[in-house]
Amino acid sequence: MDFQLSEDQRALRTGVRELLAGRFGRERLRAAVDAQGADRPPGLDRALWRELGEAGLFSLRLPEADGGVGLGLPEAVLVFEEAGRALLPGPLVATHLAAGEIPGAATGETVVAAVDGTLVEWLDEADVVRGDVTGAVALRSADPLTPLHRVPRAAPTDPVAAVLTAAEQLGSAARTCELAVQHARTREQFGRPIGAFQAVKHLCAEMLVRVEVARGAVYAAAVTADPLDIAAAGLLADEAAERGAHDCLQVHGGMGFTWESDVHLHLKRAWVRARRGQSAADAEEALAQDLLSPAGR
Amino acid sequence: MDLACTPEEEEFRARLRQWLAEVLPSLPPKPSPDDWPGRRAYDLGWQRMLYDAGYAGLHWPADAGGRGVTPTQHLIFLEETEKAGAPYVGANFVGLLHAGPTIAAEGTPEQRARWLPPVLRGEEVWCQGFSEPDAGSDLAALRTRAWRDGDDYVVSGSKIWTSHAEVADWCELLVRTDARAPKHRGISWLAMPMDAPGITVRPLRTLAGSTEFAEVFLDEVRVPVANRVGAENDGWRVTMVTLSFERGTAFVGEVVACRRVLGELAREARKNGRWDDPALRRRLGRLNAEFRALWRLTQWNVSESELTGGVPGTGGSVFKLRYSHVRQELYDAAAEVLGPEALDLSREWTLDRLSSLSYTIAAGTSQIQRNIVAERILGLPKGR
Repeated sequence: MDFQLSEDQRALRTGVRELLAGRFGRERLRAAVDAQGADRPPGLDRALWRELGEAGLFSLRLPEADGGVGLGLPEAVLVFEEAGRALLPGPLVATHLAAGEIPGAATGETVVAAVDGTLVEWLDEADVVRGDVTGAVALRSADPLTPLHRVPRAAPTDPVAAVLTAAEQLGSAARTCELAVQHARTREQFGRPIGAFQAVKHLCAEMLVRVEVARGAVYAAAVTADPLDIAAAGLLADEAAERGAHDCLQVHGGMGFTWESDVHLHLKRAWVRARRGQSAADAEEALAQDLLSPAGR
Repeated sequence: MDLACTPEEEEFRARLRQWLAEVLPSLPPKPSPDDWPGRRAYDLGWQRMLYDAGYAGLHWPADAGGRGVTPTQHLIFLEETEKAGAPYVGANFVGLLHAGPTIAAEGTPEQRARWLPPVLRGEEVWCQGFSEPDAGSDLAALRTRAWRDGDDYVVSGSKIWTSHAEVADWCELLVRTDARAPKHRGISWLAMPMDAPGITVRPLRTLAGSTEFAEVFLDEVRVPVANRVGAENDGWRVTMVTLSFERGTAFVGEVVACRRVLGELAREARKNGRWDDPALRRRLGRLNAEFRALWRLTQWNVSESELTGGVPGTGGSVFKLRYSHVRQELYDAAAEVLGPEALDLSREWTLDRLSSLSYTIAAGTSQIQRNIVAERILGLPKGR
């Protein structure tokens, strides 16, 4: 058993983190947020999308013979974890899943959106939409960087999409833990860093615990692709991301409630991702039924 | 990232399973929980069987008489013995998991030869004399004094939460040998024979009604200086060498047991009709996710220690925080499954629910664990 990142996997993670820091750092993130107004939904940066395609984000799991990178789901999870950290916008999961099936998806030439449940992200910006979007109605999206439509007919959810979404949640949860710790180490009140107070310290410690527990579940789901591992990973990663962003906001105090802070962007995106795939109720029901099966004993 | 076992690991598992299937039916009946001499004999008997079969001290280094197996094989051993319903480590806990490894790491050749083989062979029981009434979370504030008198230390003070004190042969004892030094630097580690004059053991009754541990009063107990492991006043470091060494295997058996209990809860709920309540089903499903994740985190930590020779004790803090909390939630869910019978002490889960209240306190409270995680992993400043 060797349930740790290999050398190559570590290098991949570092490479993607550096790529995203260079191409979609904080300034680009804030510029993207500020570029859209109440009546103007965010646009997708096509040049960035093609760069992501060139870097292999979409073709990662395609065989090399088909022009892909030839890697597996664990590697895709590491890449999407980084995307979640960076709050990278766009229908990343849908386009990744379309690689090899829809021309141009693998290279980033074609932007692919997909119906997930009764929601579609990035419908108006997509070149191709998978699923039935008849009767789609635009929402005023809570996430400034994810335009949303509702559709009347729900589409079935894809297990690989669920793993990649959980990976994004994991990356976001790890990032909000870091942001909270950075703030707690530098922000001073009562003559000392607020991180010296146990009330703050313990919030941060619990954030890390949720991240690490979710990490075990998400990486295992990437290795096994087992539906129940995926269900568990989704539950724990959603919890880590949503509660992590919420606690991060709390640690930031009043500044955390402002638009200029990045914390709300993590929280809102975590809310969007938590709506993807299987509902928490369905995941919990499936995991409950597993307890009655002989294999679950 | 790979969860599959190697052929060697699978062979180790297969041989262990076969051995367990052969020997477990021949075990004597379990003694009653308050029969301490009976429990001692039962636990030592099991340890002797492990020794004879080559499974004693699996995780101990070979030069200490152990088998020096990999962390993954140790994980497999703990997983399979729990699944097969084999006896717990019980009275052998301190000897195998703390005092023994401490002596193996810090003892002289003579000390290792004297104390390690009887632990492996199931001949001697150790208990732990660390905590005191006024030194719990702040263990280094301990006040039990030891002063030199010829070739002996003379020890006076009191210890608390000492499991198996009534039936132990030896106590790994932390004493203050320099009252003027900073608190971490005036402590020494002694092996105290439990039959020495001046030792009084008073069993403590837990809220579950059982006597799982004791207070130990020491009144001018003479302990040979030769029984000190490590240098005088270096006992804190000597102790932490073992406490901070973690292979990620600390809770393997318990997590396996919790997953079994969770399955039993589901079947009980289906039998008594409470399974029809979707809120209960979702609660049990959520717990399934939690324990699956804790199992994965265990595998992650064990693999890490395989690579690095150990996981930092801080990694254990992360695990323990979530595990101790979720285990309490498991027994709260059990109470919902049981309904009115949750108040019946003759139901095993009722007693287990009471026992579970100690998990967020024993071996470092959750509050102390959060301080450790925040200060040593996240780098937040010390201070209250």
